[in-house]
Amino acid sequence: MVAVTPTTAAAPNARRRAGGRPVLRLLILLAIVAVVLYPLIWMVGTSLKSQEEIVNNVGLLPERFSPGNYTAGWSNFDVSFGRFFLNSAMVSLLTVVGNGLSCLLAAYAFARLRFRLRGMWFAVMIGTLLLPQHVLIVPQYILFRALGLVGGDWPYLPLLIPQFLATEAFFVFLMVQFMRGVPRELDEAARIDGAGPFGIFRHIILPLSRPALVTTAIFSFIWTWNDFFRQLVFLSQLEDYTVPVALTLFIDSTSQSAVGPMFAMSVLSLLPVFLFFVAFQRMLVEGINTSGIKG
Amino acid sequence: MALTTAPDPTRRGPGSARAHPQRRGPGRFRHSEGLAGYVFLSPWLIGLMGVTAIPMLLSLYLSFTNYDILTPFSEVEWVGLANYERMFTADPSYWHAVRVTLTFALIAVPLKLAAALGVALLLNRAWRGVGLFRGLFYLPSLLGGSVALAIVWVNMFNRDGAFNSLLSLFGITGKPWVNDPDWALETLMVLAIWQFGAPMVIFLAGLKQVPTELYEAASVDGAGRLRQFRDVTLPMLSPVIFFNLVLETINGFQGFTAAFVLSNGTGGPVDSTLMYTLNLYITGFTDLNMGYASAMAWVFLIAIAVITAVFFSTGRFWVHYSDGEDR
Repeated sequence: MVAVTPTTAAAPNARRRAGGRPVLRLLILLAIVAVVLYPLIWMVGTSLKSQEEIVNNVGLLPERFSPGNYTAGWSNFDVSFGRFFLNSAMVSLLTVVGNGLSCLLAAYAFARLRFRLRGMWFAVMIGTLLLPQHVLIVPQYILFRALGLVGGDWPYLPLLIPQFLATEAFFVFLMVQFMRGVPRELDEAARIDGAGPFGIFRHIILPLSRPALVTTAIFSFIWTWNDFFRQLVFLSQLEDYTVPVALTLFIDSTSQSAVGPMFAMSVLSLLPVFLFFVAFQRMLVEGINTSGIKG
Repeated sequence: MALTTAPDPTRRGPGSARAHPQRRGPGRFRHSEGLAGYVFLSPWLIGLMGVTAIPMLLSLYLSFTNYDILTPFSEVEWVGLANYERMFTADPSYWHAVRVTLTFALIAVPLKLAAALGVALLLNRAWRGVGLFRGLFYLPSLLGGSVALAIVWVNMFNRDGAFNSLLSLFGITGKPWVNDPDWALETLMVLAIWQFGAPMVIFLAGLKQVPTELYEAASVDGAGRLRQFRDVTLPMLSPVIFFNLVLETINGFQGFTAAFVLSNGTGGPVDSTLMYTLNLYITGFTDLNMGYASAMAWVFLIAIAVITAVFFSTGRFWVHYSDGEDR
């Protein structure tokens, strides 16, 4: 595919070319920042408005901060939002573990080991990259239901089993690309010291793949945290709901009084993603050059 | 499986051309490597079979049946091509969903890419603060696909929403855009365009790869800014444009969450946000018409494959690879 690794070599020349009207450019950029941030600020502002202000004050920010929506939203349904957050956190974290483990194993095989039909399997893996999940959801639902896993004692298995089987081809591909950059001389050295394929994986590839694992972990977490489609299909009991599914319950209650709590819970639900963004901003932005194609 | 067969020493796997001589090590290692390959690959292989291949085949079979989840498998009725016939000849809402999806993709994707490229060009200078802007512009791509943001979006374009209060500053009286069948889909398009940051970052990386000598040569030849953009930037960037176009189009066809939130899962108002995937979800999981939904899924898959193939076959006429290779 397209090689889009950023280089800094062109930077000095680019600066020379800049010329033009830097002030005008800055003004345009600030206008775009306003458009980009407006919905987010409005969201936070509305979540802090009292019921009365939501109706009467159309401004961006509340005149008086009233955090009441947060407590009201937290216990708006029979099950508290704490439970929904725990459910979401559990699904997201287990997905991180599953993707990290299973994709790393598959990537090591593709990047380093020689075995029969490797080329064919690699082509199949690339082929599954663009496979829309919507195409598979009906038969997967039927199969998981036939196995008694839908709405079972622990209804998250249909969400998690695929993640432990490296079905997110995109992360396998990301890790294969990364491992191809690990010098083969290290493998050779370990081999001369008597290490087999498992030893090389354990002592060379696994420790050196940490950056790829971190990228995978962050993107898996954010995507799963934000995912709605699969969770909507597979979760049916209120106490099993994850945050996105629970948030849609607010839409059903059309009364105006739900707007504040709905916004408060929406803000809370975006908070983990936002914190990830603040902490790993650079990595996320650079990461999508090789990876974050989704979204 | 090939697990127990002895490795064929003459076989050259992919990449073996670059092999170091010492990698043709003792036969025992080659053997264990072939075995280890399948050991490491086994979770992926099981997933490929159980989560991807078998469900796909099952879905193909179901598309020729009238399966709903309630009847036992033994009583499922083979209906031949009836589902496909119904889809193509007797289901106006199906074609409506196709139209909605195509409209969405044909308008939102080019505008999103244009915004991404435009902002990338503005940012494509080495100066302090670029990183901050780049990060801020990328933020919507991280948040925009969520239910929470869709909820905010719907309320923003509601009667009392932020958009109308913005319009009222200019003396314009807005309307409840999300409840208007003529405008509901447009609000979703704006949400998609708002998330221009992800393709923008890819454009930025592509722009850094354009050799500055080309601009110097062009300006020596008397080419102005616009001419340089048309004759240097666009051709040099065409592989990245192509890459973004393919991905964003495929993503655009799959829009689900925002349409679901806006319409509370119905595709309304008056089916104006009935995206293909939402229609598929309603057919399969609300109406429990899983046979019919499977047929829809297969047509969707084939349509995406065809569109991707069309992109790749037309790409050779406008995508320029600087290494001179035709792909």
